[in-house]
Amino acid sequence: MISEEQVRHVADLARLGLTDEEVSKMRDQLGVILESIEKISELDLEGVPPTANPLNLTNVLRPDTPREPLPREEALRVAPEVMDNMFAVPRID
Amino acid sequence: MLELTAYELAEKVRDREVSAREAAEAALARIDEVEERVRSFITLTPELALERAGRVDERAGSGGIRLWEAVPIAVKDVLSTRGVQTTCGSKILEGFEPVYDASALRNFGGDMIMLGKANMDEFAMGSSTENSAYGVSRNPWDLERVPGGSSGGSAAAVAAGEGWWALGTDTGGSVRQPAALCGIVGLKPTYGRVSRYGLIAFASSLDQIGPMTRDVRDAALLLQAVAGHDPRDSTSAGVEVPDYLAELDRGAEGLRVGLVTELTNIEGVEPGVREVVESVARRLEGAGASVEEASLPHAEYGLPAYYIVAPAEVSSNLARYDGVRYGLRVPADGVHEMYRRTRNEGFGAEAKRRIMIGTYALSSGYYEAYYARAQKVRTRIIQDFRAAFSRFDVLLSPTSPTVAFRIGERVDDPLAMYASDICSIPANMAGLPAISVPGGLSEGLPVGVQLMSDHFTEPMLLRAARAVEEVVDFRYRMKP
Repeated sequence: MISEEQVRHVADLARLGLTDEEVSKMRDQLGVILESIEKISELDLEGVPPTANPLNLTNVLRPDTPREPLPREEALRVAPEVMDNMFAVPRID
Repeated sequence: MLELTAYELAEKVRDREVSAREAAEAALARIDEVEERVRSFITLTPELALERAGRVDERAGSGGIRLWEAVPIAVKDVLSTRGVQTTCGSKILEGFEPVYDASALRNFGGDMIMLGKANMDEFAMGSSTENSAYGVSRNPWDLERVPGGSSGGSAAAVAAGEGWWALGTDTGGSVRQPAALCGIVGLKPTYGRVSRYGLIAFASSLDQIGPMTRDVRDAALLLQAVAGHDPRDSTSAGVEVPDYLAELDRGAEGLRVGLVTELTNIEGVEPGVREVVESVARRLEGAGASVEEASLPHAEYGLPAYYIVAPAEVSSNLARYDGVRYGLRVPADGVHEMYRRTRNEGFGAEAKRRIMIGTYALSSGYYEAYYARAQKVRTRIIQDFRAAFSRFDVLLSPTSPTVAFRIGERVDDPLAMYASDICSIPANMAGLPAISVPGGLSEGLPVGVQLMSDHFTEPMLLRAARAVEEVVDFRYRMKP
């Protein structure tokens, strides 16, 4: 189970400004979902190695060759706000 | 022309019997006729399709096209397309025009005859397209029902004859389940077979791009077009791309088929669906395959483990939507409040739920109990498959436990919606190739059967799928 306080904490970590109504609904739904996920706790997994990637890839390296980057104007074309040829954001608090 | 398979159409374009432009016009006319009812697309791109079709015709005239280039296509709106709005079904990316094409499209040489961007559940999270910010697509077989998801728009487009084929993506069944519900073929290739560069990420250790087509030969041809190593995707495999059409017609003779008990004889699988799967098994046996029961003891843990791994990766991948570099921004005084407002207004309910589950599962104090355990469950699932593939060439099961459900039926019940993927998730967890082929009807609606095989054995998987196609009574026909 998960409390409303925990829901607010997790929402804050995820930078989601949930409304009070959403917090309450989320508490109920997450509770049900987490309970169903708990099923994996019944397995004995002692000594089982984890799988992070189904092909078991480790470090994949490539030659460090310079190439043309995305032009700045292209990158900024889709930005919500631009100032002095840079991404603009509100006051950093 | 609309009755042909993609392969047949491609041959006719290559042989100059019809032009690619005529094909594009026929598809666009069909879209005009049915799109209002089916709603497969978020964005239509008719001018672009006609212009590129013209260029393909010019090249066909000088003898230089590969078969797949001739056939107009629908592209799921999760694949980046240069200069064409790519929304991922989300309000947070409304109006977003990528600055490059996804690598998977590169073998179309910049002239992919794209009819439009197909509807989908937001960020590919869902099984019905009801999570799209741009409305629900309809199942062409019954307009009151969902087409499945998340690649529901792609499936609906193919089933409705709005073009010949489509690209989808599959993280937990998002190509196969809608293919099953709409009576078409859907293939999820081996993890790493198709480059994910330019595929907007959902769960990076599970996502794969796959063909959604009218028949198995078309799936083989479209896989041929999108498969291959890509230095821009470090998880793409440096494994040689074989000829996917070469072994197609070798038939069922000698195939060792395992019918997976834990995905077939379980609660939640409709009797009508089970009957179709069992009848396919009998018919394959009649055609010379051997069929025995196979067991994947940890299959039932696939769903809960998936709902830790996938949301965990989502919480990380969706952190990039912060209103700074692209997409929606909701103004606020300080940057933190801007993040919170932007993300809360930009994401829909399911995206928020998954971000929350993932953030919780990865948060301090819970990581070991959830994410670390889920990764070990994943290993167990892989071990089960390894044991099964020592006895069998392919594993057979339902693709989806049910036929297409009604719009609205599961929308307020996340667990019921999640259960749609119970049969398809294990292949994603293990990175295996898996295909859904129409096996017959139940309650007048299509039932898909799923075949799974070992890593990078798509030629054999496609051959087995083609053998299923041969023994069943189902043939593609445009709906509605």
